[in-house]
Amino acid sequence: MSELNKHSTTGRMSRIGLALAIAATLSACASTTANNPADPFEGYNRAMFKFNDTVDTYALKPAATAYKTVLPSFVQTGVGNFFGNLSDAWSAVNNLLQGKGEKGLQDIARVGMNTTFGIFGLIDFASPAGIPKHNEDFGQTLGWYGVQSGPYLMLPLLGPSTVRDTVALPADIAGDPWRYKEPVSVRNIGTATRVVDKRASLLDATNLMEAAALDRYEFIRDGFLQARESKVFDGDLSRSKKNKNDSSSLDSGHDDLKQAPMTADVAPEATAVVPAPVELVTSGSNTVAAQAKPQE
Amino acid sequence: MKLMKQLLAMATIAFATAAQAAPAAPANEAPDALVKRISQDVLDTAKNDKSIQAGDIKRVTELVETKILPYVDFQRMTSLAAGRFWRDATPDQQQQLSSEFRTLLIYTYSGALSQVRNETVEFKPLRADPGDTDVEVRSQVNMPRGEPVPLNYRVSKTPTGWKIYDINVLGAWLVETYKSSFASEISKGGIDGLIKTLQAKNKALANRPAPKAK
Repeated sequence: MSELNKHSTTGRMSRIGLALAIAATLSACASTTANNPADPFEGYNRAMFKFNDTVDTYALKPAATAYKTVLPSFVQTGVGNFFGNLSDAWSAVNNLLQGKGEKGLQDIARVGMNTTFGIFGLIDFASPAGIPKHNEDFGQTLGWYGVQSGPYLMLPLLGPSTVRDTVALPADIAGDPWRYKEPVSVRNIGTATRVVDKRASLLDATNLMEAAALDRYEFIRDGFLQARESKVFDGDLSRSKKNKNDSSSLDSGHDDLKQAPMTADVAPEATAVVPAPVELVTSGSNTVAAQAKPQE
Repeated sequence: MKLMKQLLAMATIAFATAAQAAPAAPANEAPDALVKRISQDVLDTAKNDKSIQAGDIKRVTELVETKILPYVDFQRMTSLAAGRFWRDATPDQQQQLSSEFRTLLIYTYSGALSQVRNETVEFKPLRADPGDTDVEVRSQVNMPRGEPVPLNYRVSKTPTGWKIYDINVLGAWLVETYKSSFASEISKGGIDGLIKTLQAKNKALANRPAPKAK
């Protein structure tokens, strides 16, 4: 029965999404010339952007503002950490798929550490301990192997994306552990909380963006496309060379952690890097450790 | 979208981070040393100044003007954002355009600066030859929560020392991000149209209620 439920929920969701998309497309046909080669669907995208914006203004943003005002910040952090921990598991899979052994192991170490010591992920011990978070998804995995992003695409409710990342989306949805949470009622409440928490964490930034942009649609699009491309190649856009797996040299400097033995190829220059940062991170973790101890 | 937002906020910090002033810089200070010094100074100031944290726009502007602006080449930044239209503009228009753009960025950064709390900045090793006159300084902002935000700067050598002319937050370059907005404003109303749009925007920002301290 739960199986049935699951399907009907997803089915309904996607049908609603589709209906919205069609509505937006129709209303968009009226105007707009697409003059950016990366955005041939500008008319549709703008309409969807407007739709998302309306939903945000009247539903999501007020909910997020209330959430942020009412709940103590440690609760908000806990919620964010909990879902962040779930997504680390999917990050691990994607890092490993991309052959980034070290990062994949880091993700696994994060999940292991945070799920146990961090009480099902509510506390993020791994970050202050110097095991960085990565946020990889299947779209990035495709991009890593050379799949071009294709045109910009504004998704209903989900926001900016590209054709490639939209194709990858079903895999990301399937790879989200929360999707399998039973009972469905808990799953749905959790999902709603997750969305509101995410939005709340972005409130300051969105307000800021409103100030910065001349045309918010263009501003978000052009920023998103660049950021996304950079994310796919982990900030190193001189793609061609294969030795860039561990080019994010900062990741490799934390020898002092008791991590699972990481034989993964640490770039030679990487080890020499960052004495100071490590100190920073370490002192951070000490503080956290000091605060955390008494509670145990 | 969330990326962008996060980023923007960070960028702001970055920029903010980018500037520190008074002690005359050693004449041949390396570009990464310069950015590092500015960042540290701005971050420290923002963290310790109550009125900045409360979003006092005057204080923030002051901070930006004394500690960041001396090291930013706004003219170059604006010309890059305007792209091929820059050459068509009269010197007077160029001057107005970069001054309005500057004001807009200051408003944006002031918002970001007031949000600085527990972030720390880490610099990555500079990949450049000693003779280079145009380099990219890379850093990342470690957030109390979530993934570190990459924050990079393009810095070039000018007769008056190294100057920052572009900033990258989360992979997006500021100039590139403004480019098409600039182009579409210019195609609608010419350079003057763009200047007017920027002026209107700045006026609206100047009149908005001060952000509340959290």
